[in-house]
Amino acid sequence: MDTSLVLVLLLAPFLGFLFNVFLGKKAGKSIVGIVGTLSVFVSFAMTLYLFGNANQEPVVINLFDWISIQRFNVSFGFLIDHLSLIWLLFVTGIGSLIHLYSISYMHDDEKMHSFFAYLNLFIFFMITLVIGSNLLMMFIGWEGVGLCSYLLIGFWYKNQDFNDAAKKAFIMNRIGDLGFLIGIFIVGSLFNTLDFTSLKNIITTAKDINDFWIALAALALFIGAAGKSAQIPLYTWLPDAMAGPTPVSALIHAATMVTAGIFMITRLNFLFDMAPSVQNIIAIVGAVTALVAATIALVQNDIKKVLAYSTVSQLGLMFLALGLGAYEVAVFHVITHAFFKACLFLGSGSVIHGLHGEQDMRKMGGLKKAMPITFITMLIAALAISGIFPLAGFWSKDEILMTAFHANIALWVIGSIASIMTAFYMFRLIYLTFFNSFRGTEEQKNHLHESPSLITLPLIILAILSFFGGIISLPGNSWLNKYLAPLFSKVVHEEHQFGNTEYMLMAIATIGAIIGIGIAYKKYLKDNTIPSEDAEITGVTKVLYNKYYVDEAYDAIFVKPVNVLSSFFRDSVETTLSALIFGLGKVTNEIALQGKKIHNGSVGLYLFAFVLGVIAIITYLFL
Amino acid sequence: MNNILNQIGIENYIFLSVILFCIGVFGVLYRRNAIIVFMSIEIMLNAVNLLFVAFSTYHQDAQGQIFVFFSMAVAAAEVAVGLAILVSIFRNLGTIDVGNLKNLKG
Repeated sequence: MDTSLVLVLLLAPFLGFLFNVFLGKKAGKSIVGIVGTLSVFVSFAMTLYLFGNANQEPVVINLFDWISIQRFNVSFGFLIDHLSLIWLLFVTGIGSLIHLYSISYMHDDEKMHSFFAYLNLFIFFMITLVIGSNLLMMFIGWEGVGLCSYLLIGFWYKNQDFNDAAKKAFIMNRIGDLGFLIGIFIVGSLFNTLDFTSLKNIITTAKDINDFWIALAALALFIGAAGKSAQIPLYTWLPDAMAGPTPVSALIHAATMVTAGIFMITRLNFLFDMAPSVQNIIAIVGAVTALVAATIALVQNDIKKVLAYSTVSQLGLMFLALGLGAYEVAVFHVITHAFFKACLFLGSGSVIHGLHGEQDMRKMGGLKKAMPITFITMLIAALAISGIFPLAGFWSKDEILMTAFHANIALWVIGSIASIMTAFYMFRLIYLTFFNSFRGTEEQKNHLHESPSLITLPLIILAILSFFGGIISLPGNSWLNKYLAPLFSKVVHEEHQFGNTEYMLMAIATIGAIIGIGIAYKKYLKDNTIPSEDAEITGVTKVLYNKYYVDEAYDAIFVKPVNVLSSFFRDSVETTLSALIFGLGKVTNEIALQGKKIHNGSVGLYLFAFVLGVIAIITYLFL
Repeated sequence: MNNILNQIGIENYIFLSVILFCIGVFGVLYRRNAIIVFMSIEIMLNAVNLLFVAFSTYHQDAQGQIFVFFSMAVAAAEVAVGLAILVSIFRNLGTIDVGNLKNLKG
């Protein structure tokens, strides 16, 4: 029963993919949209059923043995437990909403069928990643979602910049994937198994484990996670990935794929618990990423870039929580973040749709009247991400900050500053986009309109979720913590005694958020400041606007030397080598031309040579 | 049998065989008529056969003589094939002068 359910859950999006790839063009746009959305919705329904009937015990389904070498065994199997169910819920749930949204958003695109095919394929691989029962199965999904991300970022492949962004995303991910692979190899050679359940048993019960190798494995796996989840130093691909259509940014680069790294670390929490040094690295990397990305987001003018850096920053906060061993807190933030960030991205997509492709906030403004639903939903999501009571973001961010406060004051300070910045740049976005007067062209102004209901419906649902999402893990009585409790080997993060400190922290966080919003209000609503043109940006702002010149630095440190090296190989080494090889060929040819003359066809001469040869051999042998 | 060997001596058999072989070799090298070249090859074969038989007697071992039977059988077969080739060469080219057979030119 379970097996067939899980197979339906997994294969429905794949069938959707096959249909859209092979029959999509013929079937027409409306059928493509319906099939694509329905196939994901089927998965969502299966997930709901499984979620409703799940027991405490995880369900393991082994389809067949995949690799079997002596004692090392990898099965092609699935593991459905509370963690994968949580992930499945929002992957398929938000996935369905975004498919629904895409029907309208992509309707004018001639390649709509391939768009839906890729989206369905993405959902298929994401489900594989989430329900794989061992590291190798996870790796299949991991690579698959990377592929789909590449295809979708470069979806409008006629623009060379978009192609470059797609390649960049793919290559940066490959660096992380190498770390992941090395991690898998180390784990495999240490424990002779890649299966999550057996790994957990081995690691939690074994006494004599080599700390060094465990730490190395954890570090390698973290590099993989950092690549997929856009952490320093591999984060630069995510902002560029905004080249893809907006639903892609919402689905892949905000809600689901980029949380794969967090999923992986949470899945292997028992392993990371054994490597405290790596946990420290994760916490520090997370905190620094949160801060750096937030500072960059302060001055970006592209509406999607702001959201992209905001995503990097929020992912940093999740990693901070992971590093502190508070896995359930990170998961909580993943869920709430999926709600409000998907809502923000879809909202920005609605704005872009309304302005016929304009993404620069300097050319927006005053959209409040024209697009009321988009405005209200985005406002709710922005309030949620800023951490205003009692919206979803307040609870999850607050829990991260509380955990940080109890672990290390410095991390708490960094996290809090990042949160204040979050409030500022989100409301900068809101004020610049929706308030004051419209700054675009007259023609755009005349065509301003609210998006169709297929676009606003997902927005409304996500806004509601962003508003109420916090109830799954209220402090003191957390449903989520209890639900996830069986996964974790040791309870690092006890339920805090809810005392004055916690109320004080909540108050500080809220006041910080309000200050951030206040500054944005003063600057962009009262004073009606409009960010200056690219050429006029100076000072610190310029450094921030150019993202600390990290891309340029990477270009100078990695890309340029490699280019120089390759042109050296092409111009010098290859030329020399081919001259050598061709020379050899020429010499052989020359010898043959000369030698050919001996073969004059005279049998007498041949016989003479033959006799001479025999005599020579005999002489050599006997004399 | 031994008497004959004693009377004449093994060395003479060897000399005769070497002389015959050399005649064969020079015949092959110098004559241009394919049939004579062919006959020279037969002489070389028979020189070797003679040596086989002589040593077989000298060592009191019948193996050498058995080899000669094989050798003669093979030679007979070879003659049959070789003559057939010569006939067809003659039919095609009108000559059996080995100097004219230059089709192997590289």
